[in-house]
Amino acid sequence: MGEELLSVKNLTTSFKIDGTYYPAVDGVSLDIMPNEVVALVGESGSGKSATAFSLMKLHRNARIEGQVEFEGKDLLKFSEKKMNNIRGGEMAMIFQDPMTALNPLMKIKLQIMETLKIHKTKTKSERESYAIELLSRVGIPNPERVGEAFPHELSGGMRQRVVIAIAIANRPRLLIADEPTTALDVTIQAQILDLIRELQGDLGSGVLLITHDLGVVAEMADRVAVMYAGQIVEIAPVRELFKDPKHPYTRSLLNSLPHEDQMGSKLHVIEGVVPALNKMERDSCRFAQRIPWIPAEAHEHNPELREISPGHHVRCTCYKDFYLKSDPSIGLQVEQQQMAADAEEVTKE
Amino acid sequence: MLKFTIRRLIISFPQIILLSILVFFLGSLMPGDALSGLIDPTVPIEQIERLREQMGLNNPWYIQYRDWIVAMLQGDFGHSFFKQQPVLDVIGDRMLNTVWLSLFSAVLIYLIGIPLGLISGRWNDSPLDSLITGYTYLGFATPTFIFGLVVLLLFGYTLGWFPTGGSVGAGITPGTFEYVISKIQHLVLPSFAIALIGLVGTVQYLRSGIIETKQKDFITLARAKGVSEGKVYTKHIFRNSILPIAAFFGYEITALLGGSLFIETIYGYPGMGRLFLESISIRDFSVANVLILMYGMLAIIGTLLSDIILSIVDPRIRIK
Repeated sequence: MGEELLSVKNLTTSFKIDGTYYPAVDGVSLDIMPNEVVALVGESGSGKSATAFSLMKLHRNARIEGQVEFEGKDLLKFSEKKMNNIRGGEMAMIFQDPMTALNPLMKIKLQIMETLKIHKTKTKSERESYAIELLSRVGIPNPERVGEAFPHELSGGMRQRVVIAIAIANRPRLLIADEPTTALDVTIQAQILDLIRELQGDLGSGVLLITHDLGVVAEMADRVAVMYAGQIVEIAPVRELFKDPKHPYTRSLLNSLPHEDQMGSKLHVIEGVVPALNKMERDSCRFAQRIPWIPAEAHEHNPELREISPGHHVRCTCYKDFYLKSDPSIGLQVEQQQMAADAEEVTKE
Repeated sequence: MLKFTIRRLIISFPQIILLSILVFFLGSLMPGDALSGLIDPTVPIEQIERLREQMGLNNPWYIQYRDWIVAMLQGDFGHSFFKQQPVLDVIGDRMLNTVWLSLFSAVLIYLIGIPLGLISGRWNDSPLDSLITGYTYLGFATPTFIFGLVVLLLFGYTLGWFPTGGSVGAGITPGTFEYVISKIQHLVLPSFAIALIGLVGTVQYLRSGIIETKQKDFITLARAKGVSEGKVYTKHIFRNSILPIAAFFGYEITALLGGSLFIETIYGYPGMGRLFLESISIRDFSVANVLILMYGMLAIIGTLLSDIILSIVDPRIRIK
C-alpha cells in the first residue's frame, strides 16, 4: 500500500531477567493509516504498553529489534537526538495515570511550553499564549488561571486534559494513547474519550489506542488488534471483531463482558494469568494453557497469524475447534465437571 | 508564602519559652552553684549565706527564672565566675570562629556532596557509583576524629600545605589583609575534615532521591515530550530529588553551628564545641546554661529554616 503512517514489522522488545533477555513483545507487526484509530487490546502483562513504549523508544533498559517505520523512516535506526525531534513532535503520547504524569514542581503552563520550545523555535510570548490556547482547546475553563497552577491543585480529569494538551501541542501525526481513561472516574472517562476523538478528527492524525476496556474499543476504534502474551492473536475491523470474533482469547474476552440477558448469573472469567516472561513456552499456542478443555491437537506448532478473510487475521488453528466453556450447548458437560471438581476441593478444605 | 512563614514563626515562640524553662530547671538541678568551689573554704558560712542572699540564689525558682530571662532580654547573659568575664564575651569570639568554620564546612559539603550524589544517582550501579557509595559507607562507619587525624597528617604535616592548629597565625594584627588570609588558611583543614564526613548524608539522600525520581511517570512524560537526557536531569529529576536535602538544610546548619568537639580538639581550634565541654567540666554553669539554651534555639530555628526552604522549593507544602 505504501501510504501507511506507521508500519511496524516484527517488533521484538526484550527485557533482562537474571541476565537473560526475554521478549515481552514478540514479533508484533501492525500498520496504522493516517486518520485511523487502531485499538490494541489485551489484559495486564500482555505487552500492549511495552509495544507503545517501544514505538517511541521510551524503554530504558530494553533491547528493541525489528522495524518501526514511521512516515517512511525507520525509527529504530534513529539516534537519541533525532528521536527527540520525533517524540512529542510528530509522535506524541497520552499517559495512563494523570495523577503521576505531571511534574509536581512545575507550573502547568511551563510544562506545556517546554514541549513547544523543543519542537518549534517560537518566542516565549508565543509559547505562552499558545499554551493557554491549548488549555482552552482541551476544555479547561479559566485557562489563564490553570496555567499558573501546579498539578496538585487540579482534579484527575483536569490533569488528564493537561496531559492531552501536552500531547497535541505540536499537532502530532501519530497519537499513542496508553490507557488514557483507566485511572479516571467513569463520568470523566466518556468526556476524555470524546475529547480524544474530537482532537483526532481535527488533527487528522492516526491513533494507537491501548486499552483493556472493550467498551472504549467499540466506541473509538476503526480496527482492533488483540494481544496476548506479547503476540498479536487477532486483528480485524472493529465491527467484524465484535460480530465474528475468532481467536479463543478474543472470544473469551468478549464473553467476559457483562450482558443484559445474563443478569443474576455468574460472570465469565478467563481462568489463570498471562504466563511470566521467563516461564513461557514460546513455540506453542500461548493461550493453550488457559483453555485446557481444548485438545492439544487443535493447536499448531509455532502458530502463525493468518488472514482468514480480507483484513481479518487470526493466530493458531485452535479457533476452529474452540468452544466457550460456559457455552450452554456444547460446553455444559465440561463446566459441570469443573464445578464438581471445585465443589470437591471446597469440601476438602 | 508569607502567611506560611509568619504562622511558622508564631509556632516557634512557645517552643522557645518551653525550652528556656527546661534549661533553667536542668541548670538548677546540677550540683553546686556559682559560689561553690569559688570561695576560700575559710570564709565563714554566714558570709556565704549573705552572698547567696545578695545574688538572689535563695529566691523562689520563678523569681530566679524571671530575673534570668529579664536580664537576658536586656543583653545581660550573666558572668562567668571562672573566667571573670561576661558570658557574652566568653562566647563571642568562639561563636565567630564557629560561624566561619560552619560556613566553610557547609559550602564544602554541598560543593562536593551534590555532584557526587548526582553522578551516583544518575549512573547507579556503575563502577563509579560503587566507588562513591563505598566511600559513603566508610564515612558512616568511621569516627570523625579518624578523618580529622588523617587529613591533619597528610595535608598538615606530610605535605605541609596548611597550618595544623589554632584559628589564626600568632602575632598578626587583626583587621589586616594578612590576618584574613591566615584565618582562611586555618579554616581549610578542619572544615575539610568536617565536610568529608558531613557530605555522606547529602550524597546518600541525593542518590536515592534521583534513583526514585527517575522512574516516575512524569519523567517518562518529559522524555516523551522530546526533552533531551541532560535536560531531563537538570530540569526535572534534580529539583524533585533535592527536596530531602532542602528539608535537611536547616538541621545541617544547626548541627554545624553547634561545633564539632573532635575536630576542634584535634586542630586546636577555639570553637563552640570545646567551649561547651570546658564549661561543663569546670562547672561554669552560667556559660553552660546559655550555651544549652542557644543550642536549643538553634535547633528550633533550624527546623523553621528547613520548613521555609521546603515551602519555597515544593509548592505542595505552601497550601496548608
